[in-house]
Amino acid sequence: MSSGAARSSTQRTTRRNPLRDPLDRRLPRIAPPCGLVLFGVTGDLSRKKVMPAIYDLANRGLLPPGFSLTGFARRDWADEDFAQVVHDSVAEHARTPFREEVWAQLAQGFRFVPGDFADDAAFERLRATIEELDETRGTGGNHAFYLAIPPGAFGDVVGQLREHGLTGSEPGAWRRVVVEKPFGHDLASARALNATLDEVFPDGSIFRIDHYLGKETVQNILALRFANTMFEPIWNANYVDHVQITMAEDVGIGGRAGYYDGIGAARDVIQNHLLQLMSLVAMEEPTGFEAAALRIEKQKLLSSIRLPDDLAATTARGQYAAGWAGGEQVAGFLQEDGIAPKSSTETFAAITLNVDNRRWAGVPFYLRTGKRLGRRVTEVAIVFKRPPHHFFNPDATEELTQNVLVIRVQPDEGMTVRFGSKVPGTTMEIRDVTMDFAYGSTFTEASPEAYERLILDVLLGDPPLFPRHEEVELSWRILDPILDFWAGQDRKGKRPEAYDSGGWGPASADAMLARDGRVWRRP
Amino acid sequence: MTRTLNATTSAAVAAEFVRARTHAGSPAMGMVLTLVIVVEEDAAAEALEAARAASHEHPARVLAVVLGSARGAAAVDAEVTVGAGWSGEMALIRLTGEVVRHPESVVLPLLLPDSPVVAWWPGAAPVDPASDPLGRLATRRITDAHAVSTSRAKALHVQCASYAPGNTDLAWTRLTPWRALLAAALDQQPLKVTGGSVTAERLSPGAELMVAWLTSRLKVDIRRHNSDGPGITEVVLDTAKGPIRIARDDGRHAVLSTPGNPDRPVALARRDVPDLLAEELRRLDEDDIYAQTARFLTRRIASRGGSTRKAAKK
Repeated sequence: MSSGAARSSTQRTTRRNPLRDPLDRRLPRIAPPCGLVLFGVTGDLSRKKVMPAIYDLANRGLLPPGFSLTGFARRDWADEDFAQVVHDSVAEHARTPFREEVWAQLAQGFRFVPGDFADDAAFERLRATIEELDETRGTGGNHAFYLAIPPGAFGDVVGQLREHGLTGSEPGAWRRVVVEKPFGHDLASARALNATLDEVFPDGSIFRIDHYLGKETVQNILALRFANTMFEPIWNANYVDHVQITMAEDVGIGGRAGYYDGIGAARDVIQNHLLQLMSLVAMEEPTGFEAAALRIEKQKLLSSIRLPDDLAATTARGQYAAGWAGGEQVAGFLQEDGIAPKSSTETFAAITLNVDNRRWAGVPFYLRTGKRLGRRVTEVAIVFKRPPHHFFNPDATEELTQNVLVIRVQPDEGMTVRFGSKVPGTTMEIRDVTMDFAYGSTFTEASPEAYERLILDVLLGDPPLFPRHEEVELSWRILDPILDFWAGQDRKGKRPEAYDSGGWGPASADAMLARDGRVWRRP
Repeated sequence: MTRTLNATTSAAVAAEFVRARTHAGSPAMGMVLTLVIVVEEDAAAEALEAARAASHEHPARVLAVVLGSARGAAAVDAEVTVGAGWSGEMALIRLTGEVVRHPESVVLPLLLPDSPVVAWWPGAAPVDPASDPLGRLATRRITDAHAVSTSRAKALHVQCASYAPGNTDLAWTRLTPWRALLAAALDQQPLKVTGGSVTAERLSPGAELMVAWLTSRLKVDIRRHNSDGPGITEVVLDTAKGPIRIARDDGRHAVLSTPGNPDRPVALARRDVPDLLAEELRRLDEDDIYAQTARFLTRRIASRGGSTRKAAKK
């Protein structure tokens, strides 16, 4: 059996564990004994994503025995109050059923340290807590610090961690830091942020979470492209006309005015999620699935992206206006609480990118994202060229458009292929039909949520799904000229165009594609 | 919705699948496998419930075959269900009369094209599933020595002795969380294991497999002790620095003790059948480690000779 031979040649570790065998694929990877320290326990991210993910991991038996979760916040709480907060968040947001025995063993490892980021005494208490956990729970000196806090506070926190001796690890143990987007707001600030983290933690210990990369559908892009034969041969400029990458939200900015004003759609979404999606869709085949191999290909792709010369004609931005969306009357962006009435922050951004390599020369990539659009959807559409010649008469193919392959990232995860088919009847009439593959309910409880996968990878120290600072910087290098151009427009008094809430963005975005003789697909 | 077809044929059942799907508005279902359940009438409901739960992770065409009395005229009766909480579709097929000896003739035309076929015996299983008429259609065959009402130990020995690629027993699946913890413990402390023990209720196919797995992997003597259960209650690996020990008295909460570390609580609840079935369906190729363990167990029983072998032959 050839596959067996290939598998048994897998490299052996120096001190082999006789109970492990590469052929034994039932055994899950369980993280070594460790603890997680969560900063910003009261935020949405912690309550809606991180805490439920930790419980779900425990429920699946993927957390090590003795795993401990320490909360740090400016609240006058005891350990039990913190446990109650986690309990509430798990009850509301966890994907797996609540099991008393799982909760009981997990809750024994909950600790809470009250204090603010400037409080030396609080960080001393944190250190004592971590030492106590090593002692009583056997966490073995392995601790990850999850900074679910605004990036402005990163510097204070990592500085404090270092000052109180929390960042150094004994030989054989580790300390890691986990940060969330935004990774800066332009190239310079991204570098500064990275320097802050870099000073304290070695490069391999910094985990930047782009939760899109934890999604099954996104990881499946690699499987789709490189585990099959039928897609890769047409995955190039010979067959592909253009690519549309869309991430649309139906909600407005909600209560996030403080974060969103001055940031906008491009920085919030394009810089990280969409450019990461684009690199996975467009990169060359990596030599392996290791972090280093993937990174090389992603970096190559990101470095070969070129902006068009005329940014006025190839980008578009907008702000949602008051109106009706999905049967609800909604406020416009400029009327939202906390937004300056003259804010020029965009809530919709569309850009055109070219890729200067042989595979993609002449194939534009259109990226768009926005709030208050028609529905919540993220997808990548590969739009193919029309056939060079039709022998059908023109009437027959009037309703036929271009073949499309759509990777539906969320919701309704799956894939759609759109192609022409004869309409049943006595005349020859060809029309577009779709063929769908749905992960369907495969994607409910059974499959891990993005955060589960990513938190587990942090604890295992497995980096393929985390963007590195080089990728972050390359993304800013792509986006910065567009942001500068838009800032220039602002100075000339050209504001982002208002668009109807609940629609698909401003007219300028449609015009941007129309100039190239193309249209956005309705996702 | 469910439709009953009495005195029917495979072609009519297949047509009903298509009709029901088209009627539901979605002719394509994206099913990934066919699951054939060979089950007794009174256990059918429970087995189907497990399959329905597992179908959410693995959309499947489920064919539950109830083999009735072989006397009298041949009759095929079917209940076809599409929707109703099934991610995929299901037919409960009851055979009576002579056709009971030819169940594969009913099932074969109903297998989904190309995709894998899994056969599952929730209760009593054939002595050699791979040469069973229905087992032969399948690439994966799942038995459950634990579910056999009499002589569980014998049931496991029989399954191990007739092992063929693609066979597994749920007694093995039940061990996965234990095995994962033991392997992770040795990842952490790569100590040389000098001996050990497995403690479980008196009749426990899982414990036998655990002993066989540990013995074959660690090449040391693993003792077997009895307790009141439920299931496996303790596994100990002796090392020069002290024992690595997982103890579980109540079937839910366990404690992991390792040398030089504080005791750590672990949630280690006994798993139910839908969960086990879903794990089985995740990998449809041969389970090499189960193969090694089953062969090892069979060799040991043979070398022990005498009493055990006689018991197994009875």
